[in-house]
Amino acid sequence: MSELAQLSANGLVTGSILAIAAVGVSLVYGILRIVNFAHGDYLVFGAYIALVVNVSWGGHIVLAALAAVVLTAVLATALEFALWRPLRRKRAGVFSLFIAAIGLALVLRHAIFLAADARPRRYEVDVFQVYELGPIRLSQSQLVAVAIALAAIVLVGLMLARTGLGKAMRALSDNRALAAVAGIDVDRTVVLTWVVAGGLAGVAGLLQGLVLNSFTPNFGFTLLLPVFAAVVLGGIGSAYGALVGGLVLGLVTEISTWSALAGGAPPVYKPVVAFSVLVLVLLLRPQGVLGKARLL
Amino acid sequence: MTALSLEFWAFVGVIAGIYTILALGLQVQFGFTGLLNFGHAAFMAVGAYTMAILVVKASFPLWAASLAAIAAAIAFGLLLGLPTLRLRADYLAITTIAFAEIVRYVAINEQTLTGGPVGTIALAGPGRAASYNAEWLDVQRTVQDWLEAVIGDHATRDVTMLVIVWAVALVLLVVVDAALRSPWGRVLRSIREDEDAASALGKNVFAYKLQALALGAALAAVAGLFFAFQFSFFSPGDFDPLVTFFAYTIVILGGTARNWALPVGAVLFGLIFAGTRFFDFTPFTLFDSADRAYLRLIVIGLILIGLMLFRPQGLFGKREEMVLE
Repeated sequence: MSELAQLSANGLVTGSILAIAAVGVSLVYGILRIVNFAHGDYLVFGAYIALVVNVSWGGHIVLAALAAVVLTAVLATALEFALWRPLRRKRAGVFSLFIAAIGLALVLRHAIFLAADARPRRYEVDVFQVYELGPIRLSQSQLVAVAIALAAIVLVGLMLARTGLGKAMRALSDNRALAAVAGIDVDRTVVLTWVVAGGLAGVAGLLQGLVLNSFTPNFGFTLLLPVFAAVVLGGIGSAYGALVGGLVLGLVTEISTWSALAGGAPPVYKPVVAFSVLVLVLLLRPQGVLGKARLL
Repeated sequence: MTALSLEFWAFVGVIAGIYTILALGLQVQFGFTGLLNFGHAAFMAVGAYTMAILVVKASFPLWAASLAAIAAAIAFGLLLGLPTLRLRADYLAITTIAFAEIVRYVAINEQTLTGGPVGTIALAGPGRAASYNAEWLDVQRTVQDWLEAVIGDHATRDVTMLVIVWAVALVLLVVVDAALRSPWGRVLRSIREDEDAASALGKNVFAYKLQALALGAALAAVAGLFFAFQFSFFSPGDFDPLVTFFAYTIVILGGTARNWALPVGAVLFGLIFAGTRFFDFTPFTLFDSADRAYLRLIVIGLILIGLMLFRPQGLFGKREEMVLE
């Protein structure tokens, strides 16, 4: 049983990071119909910004997290003006947006490689500090990650439910034309959506970097498909769904290795478990567990 | 090797030829039918691995193993298509890339079947270097002898390969182009433009999509076979999702649904990808070779973005055929 508790705790760590990355992808898809293939690389950008602050300048990890949030939000917003808005002006279709996103992912990832090279990097944190909570052992990094991620999840949830911006985002995602007619400032909401998605990507990137312990610019792509899986699981375009989808997917992939489950899946197949969840959900319930059927 | 050696440019040409065949498969699926298949590299992997495994582990003759490889890729295409082709375009894209990653993870981790991360050299088990290439080298030597009679000493291994790959690529181009001009090809285009209209005219849209996916998979398997023959051994890393993105770059660069633009796109891609390795003068000497590899990928990314912004139809395409909702 203690194995299950430990796996669940690990799943909560993985899942909460997936959740805050997925909510950004889901908001952007819901509002702009962009499958943002570059989102994983936004995470990497945030992780490396934090690395510069934390390691090169010796700043505290909290300061690094703030820098990651702010600068990744700036990056995402700048790209809205430089890339996505011009593409929308030219009435680019789903294919064009998808392919532009792939191009952007290639540019961002390899620009980071160029700036930071391929050496594995790590933050200045105490990797040997381990906390025991009953049967569960969590490293300091994991504990920090889960605390920050859960706080971010609650904040995003409140923002979506209570603030005017959150309501505007949900309205746009639900029915763009109707929302515009109802007087919602579409351009402003779109920009703020990128700010939120980018900021969350920045913090998710930092946390993933912490949890991975050492990382290279490739981690963004590795994490991207599980993030998509979380988005799909929760119902594409549903922000609450993405939060739940991320947590559930994190738990499912970790618990799939539990030895009581017919010996458990080999840990190397954890990504495959995530992809299989993705494929199964799309086949059996493409609107997602929480999604609405009419969105299809 | 220097920048001007025939050998080097023959190598660039072989890569361009293999990518022409790979991109032709994507042209059928994406360019004509509108299927966003992002798992194309997996079909290439299935083809290459099936051939290598059958030759090394089951002692198949090469021709039989190659036919089985193409059949396996078609079977994988059908297996993938049956449940997923009813999905919307963007969902299909995500599902196919997940499928391709599953194939790659299996190739990395099922060492007894595939040789694992080091590749096919470990197919025969530890301590013995496996090779599937002996029969191919015989074929290649025969062709090389014929060529020597015509062009003398220029007929090296890579030049021979260049001739074989491009001969196959051109034959496939002619055949596939004819198929796509036939009534069958017109139905595929109509599905891309308006699925509901095609369906209302009594066409079985699902069956046509499945055929397009299977034909594309078979072409990817042929590309996989030539890739395997060219490099004597390969590993799961050779079928990275980047390979699929490269194939898209070629299709889009030439122009969606323009078959004769594919070789042009592939040669341009070959020049960007392999040709720039020999830019050994300033300002390129400011970067070391790893940095130049990153720069190449940045350039390819910028080309994709630039095309989508300024010329979504590619160099030779029609704008109406790319700007789809």
